[in-house]
Amino acid sequence: MRKAITGHKAIAEAMRQIEPDVVAVYPITPQSEIAEYYADYVHNGLVHTELVPVESEHSALSACIGAAAAGGRVMTATSSQGLALMVEVLYIAAGMRLPIVMALANRSLSAPINIHCDHSDAYLARDSGAVQIFCENAQEAYDYTLMAQRIAEDMNIRLPVIVNLDGFTLTHTVQPVDLLEDEVAKKFVGECKQFSPLLDVDHPVTWGPFAMPDYYFELKRAQQAGMEAVPEVFRKVQEEFSKISGRQYAGFFEAYKLADAEYAMVVLGSTAGTAKMAVDELRARGMKVGLLKPWLWRPFPAEEIAEALRNVKAVAVLDRAFSFGTMGALFEDVASALYPLKQRPILANYIYGLGGRDTTVPELVRAFEELPKIRKTEWALRYIGLRE
Amino acid sequence: MAKLLGWRELPLGGVVTGGTAKELQKTGSWRAERPVWHEEKCIQCLQCWLHCPDDSVLVSGGKMTGFDYEHCKGCGVCAAICPKDAIEMVPERGGECAKP
Repeated sequence: MRKAITGHKAIAEAMRQIEPDVVAVYPITPQSEIAEYYADYVHNGLVHTELVPVESEHSALSACIGAAAAGGRVMTATSSQGLALMVEVLYIAAGMRLPIVMALANRSLSAPINIHCDHSDAYLARDSGAVQIFCENAQEAYDYTLMAQRIAEDMNIRLPVIVNLDGFTLTHTVQPVDLLEDEVAKKFVGECKQFSPLLDVDHPVTWGPFAMPDYYFELKRAQQAGMEAVPEVFRKVQEEFSKISGRQYAGFFEAYKLADAEYAMVVLGSTAGTAKMAVDELRARGMKVGLLKPWLWRPFPAEEIAEALRNVKAVAVLDRAFSFGTMGALFEDVASALYPLKQRPILANYIYGLGGRDTTVPELVRAFEELPKIRKTEWALRYIGLRE
Repeated sequence: MAKLLGWRELPLGGVVTGGTAKELQKTGSWRAERPVWHEEKCIQCLQCWLHCPDDSVLVSGGKMTGFDYEHCKGCGVCAAICPKDAIEMVPERGGECAKP
């Protein structure tokens, strides 16, 4: 059923269909609307969810951890500083292998304080052990929220999954979104699979125990195995979802006009939509350009991305956040992925769109047009839309 | 000490099944003070057994019979709760998992 709704409403609708046992949230711009929609569903009796209005994001994720260890299906949502406050607990959720799905309405981190989009919040959680998925539009945000539940709860994975959607650009704009019928969505998501739930009092367990130097390392290695299990499950879940939705999700990234491209761009989130327009404009003028838009960022699908970019002459990698003191995080991922190749494309790293700065089609066209002039990969940042 | 397990053998998230820690970890050596039971003052109310956080008060046939010094960490809850001062906390000397 096609509806004209915001990204937030799309996420809330997916949550309504998933109907978690517990949702613990704290309001923050631009995320708050997800919680507001969901609170309506709870109080109008559409879902039987325990909605926990906590006193901070630290408590929100802590409540989620408790509820997930107890055996419940749990979800939350946040943005920016809220995620920053959650991060301490996010590492614990991942280490305890708890399948918590959260929407992250991407917003810049302070200071200076700003409520608009960039990816500094997602980058902050980069090494937390959470799976991270990026969405280009509200449709993908809806689809991947449903898929995230299956990925998180897979017994070989059991990790938190963050579904990123650009704050305001996607969360507050009305777009056409095809929603699955409730029964179809519910059947796809399935029943919550449990592992040693705390509420099973006949089989008492300790969750979150202390580990000394003799066991900590092995437990973290096992956690890495959870991440390593993601790609295979991701593909299976995509295949199944494509069948029920009629939308084609195949692979860890979308390759747009990339097959014969000489120059490519790699970008996360909604700017991929802008980049597609830039690609079309340049293609019309005869320049062979293409786009690679990762859906899955953590774990990073390095081999597949290297394969997709191996024949291009140069790649612009766009980061919507600094990793202060070094190159952009996505650039470093792509550079590492390409390193094993004998013949590597030239790379250029662009920082763009911080604090909600608009990135336009002409700016991305210029970035593409700059690529043939770049003679070698340099350890130097370039900028899109920055005043000197 | 049991044989150390490889990473593939560990339960998800390090979840520990009830009762297993007792066999793997002897924590009695952490103790700075040991509880000493004065049987003649004991009225068998079992408050010490009820309050012990480490299940280290030994009970047989419904009666308190002493302490499991391999796991008692010497927290002193039993001595504090005892209504008849039948448990005395005595400084440990030596540091080994002392035998009763």
